[in-house]
Amino acid sequence: MAASDQATVGPKAAVLALHRFGFGPAAGQIEAIASDPRGALLADLDRPSAGTLTADLPSSAQAARAVFDFQAERRAQQKLALRIQKAAETSGEMQADANPAMSEAAAMAEPNNGARPKQPPLPQELIFNEAKARFDAATDADIGFVERLVWFWSNHFCISADKIPAMAGPYEREAIRPHVLGRFGDLLQAVESHPAMLFFLDNVESMGPDSVAGINRDKGLNENLARETLELHTLGVRSGYSQADVTSFAKVLTGWTWIPPSEPERGGEFVFNKLLHEPGPQTVLGETYPDTGIDQGRAVLADVARHPATTEHMAQELAGHFIADTPPPTLVDKLTRSFKDSGGDLREVAKTLIGADESWTSQRQKLKTPAVWVASLLRVTGGQTLIPIGQIMNAQATLGEPLWRPPAPNGFSDTEAALIDGVPRRLDIANAFAARLAMVDPLALLQSSIGPLASKQTRDTIAHAETRRQAVALLAMAPEFLRS
Amino acid sequence: MKLHAPSRRELLCGSGTLFGWAFLPKLAFAEGRDPRFLAIVLRGALDGLATVAPVGDPDWIALRGDEALIVGGKTPALPLDDFFAVNPAMPHLHGMFHDGEAIVLHACATPYRERSHFDGQDLLESGLPNAGPSTSGWLNRALAGLAPGGSINPKGSRVFAVGPVTPLIARGPAPVLSWSPQRIMPASEDTAARLLDLYRQSDLKLASVLEDSAKLAAIEQSGNMEMAQKPGGPGPAQIRAYFADAAGNAAKFLAQADGPRVGALALDGWDTHVNEGIAQGRLSQLLGALDEALNAIKINMGPAWSQTVVALATEFGRTARINGTDGTDHGTATVALLVGGALKGGRVLADWPGLKPANLYENRDLKPTTDLRAALKGVLKDHLRIDERALAQNVFRGSGGVKPMPGLVKAV
Repeated sequence: MAASDQATVGPKAAVLALHRFGFGPAAGQIEAIASDPRGALLADLDRPSAGTLTADLPSSAQAARAVFDFQAERRAQQKLALRIQKAAETSGEMQADANPAMSEAAAMAEPNNGARPKQPPLPQELIFNEAKARFDAATDADIGFVERLVWFWSNHFCISADKIPAMAGPYEREAIRPHVLGRFGDLLQAVESHPAMLFFLDNVESMGPDSVAGINRDKGLNENLARETLELHTLGVRSGYSQADVTSFAKVLTGWTWIPPSEPERGGEFVFNKLLHEPGPQTVLGETYPDTGIDQGRAVLADVARHPATTEHMAQELAGHFIADTPPPTLVDKLTRSFKDSGGDLREVAKTLIGADESWTSQRQKLKTPAVWVASLLRVTGGQTLIPIGQIMNAQATLGEPLWRPPAPNGFSDTEAALIDGVPRRLDIANAFAARLAMVDPLALLQSSIGPLASKQTRDTIAHAETRRQAVALLAMAPEFLRS
Repeated sequence: MKLHAPSRRELLCGSGTLFGWAFLPKLAFAEGRDPRFLAIVLRGALDGLATVAPVGDPDWIALRGDEALIVGGKTPALPLDDFFAVNPAMPHLHGMFHDGEAIVLHACATPYRERSHFDGQDLLESGLPNAGPSTSGWLNRALAGLAPGGSINPKGSRVFAVGPVTPLIARGPAPVLSWSPQRIMPASEDTAARLLDLYRQSDLKLASVLEDSAKLAAIEQSGNMEMAQKPGGPGPAQIRAYFADAAGNAAKFLAQADGPRVGALALDGWDTHVNEGIAQGRLSQLLGALDEALNAIKINMGPAWSQTVVALATEFGRTARINGTDGTDHGTATVALLVGGALKGGRVLADWPGLKPANLYENRDLKPTTDLRAALKGVLKDHLRIDERALAQNVFRGSGGVKPMPGLVKAV
């Protein structure tokens, strides 16, 4: 039986569920799911299109090639402009307009010059399109639970657009989304073999010391991917693996690389290059794997995916992300068991999370991450159509969570300790966004966003605000809206 | 001549909507005039008695005590006539008044008699007699009403709104051109203070974080460090810059020969419940910023200033007496200001109700004796030549009993 502070039906449970597992309510949604919030979350998992994006966007390889070409052309323009400048200096009398073709090339080389409307450079445009598709999916979702799972796993298996801008969005669509309700083992295989991850964690640089290429070039291993796969992506730090395991695993993964984006046909795609692969069997975590080429790595990943340490690590992270920074051990146990019993079926694990009474505690123990908070605000106000994606991304960056640009491979923290000092900055963002949203009725907004949870103090504060704008900003900053 | 369109830079923070409105105030044109009109909404409820003080009222000092502005005080109010004096933070308004370019309307109010900001602002901007949702504002409907009589002319006027959101006053059937200042202000100190108050009652952890950040901001300010975009709210310099930027740029657009003729903008922050700072402090700084904004309008209007009327109005006034926290609470009547070279200015127009307790509205507020709509209708009728019947039926619906105030603008 659910204790009284763990109600799973009614408006309070509904609004709690929407903030905790989704991106907060959309207008009118609290009432819509109040009779069965748990059922609504489960239904979100069972939608046929769950986790997919409808936008027509380029693949990671296409994007990588396009960006490579763009950068090559820009370099050429700059060099050409330099050549023209030098020629002018040498001849001393060459007029800029004497040679129309050349002066046009010079103008192209300086895109900021002149009155032409400035297009965002291609890499930025690609990211904007990807970000918009992702953000729209969050604000438009029925519930948003599956999108929250996408964001969670994407951050867990993060790459950085600072290092590989072309692939940040495509990586999430190709490696994360297809598997968020599938098997963890498949998710892991997709992630660790994705060119974006192989580039981000330097595996494209790695080669077996005794591989053909390693001998010829006198080069060797890069352990980055192997280490982070064990430490961050699967087993967890201090879970019993040794440096020898890391080194062996790195050898296993040699040859997992990409075709350089400069290659016009298949540049940017994954390839297993056996010339880079360390020959011979490797022992990882006490298990010896014969050299079967690419399958050697697949076999290690498959075993690591179902390792008990991985199971517990994932359960801990999921519960920590959605329920509490220090989640109840009973909940972690349930998730661990579900993970194990289902063979890492992430749909089953998500169902277990929703089914557990611990997940329905009335205590709001999580501070929303900046991105989830921004999405919540725009979702309930319909503001995503009023605020350009660039400004939304700027807001996320201002709040310390720039989209797809984590400072390190462990991704962005989702704990209160990490996030709480950024709360005053959220007020400035709320204030700036509220200026665009000022036509909404604050009291109606209060009802549709936090309604049944709103304290008297919060109600009074909103009701007595000086302007609609101030009311909206204060509502966005109310504890009931910040915490889930 | 080409229609002026805001440059890309100017539109960066704007809503991006850009429509031309090609009808012009034909009748005014026929008289050889090219009138400009700017409406400024002061959201938050301006303390009219602290803006223009009735220094000649025998009950004035008893009412406000130490907070009463007086002509002979430490920070002396600037006399307008024998009875009224303007807040010392507003020397430019004082100068305009004595140059015949400003009119003060006192004990003035919209028809709204409750004390909710949102409803009060809606009613002020919608021009409707009762509170309730509205999709259009009186200024927009006024211009839309000009359409049948006007001729399409690429040099014509259009509604022009300043701010990231078109204020209700300018929304409606007539297309709106909007521009937004580049400066994005951090949340005001007042907003932060309200939030802190909420956190102190409901979430001590968040309260402590917000307090710490305000302390940091204070240190940065005392150390004369860069203030822009720092937590803790904008300082007086930022407010001044924002007000002058918004108003001054509106004027630049309105001044152009091919620019819009009618504009609107809103300046927030007048809700002074605590430590109002009438002679020195918050309100004084805000009024100073407003005064600079008025000066910026005059300067940027250039020669068009002589054809300009700017109307400033707030949703309602504040309590006549000072409250228990050195501020004032929501009230009723207040001041409205008209400035501009087209005015027959230098006058305070008031049917003064007096300040004895029996004369106050509900024994707390300055009693409303002048309907704000009368003054606005007078300006729209004589300045923009909007038909009186349209004013009564469509612009300020149901205001047939409120006659347009005559003689506000110079006769042509």
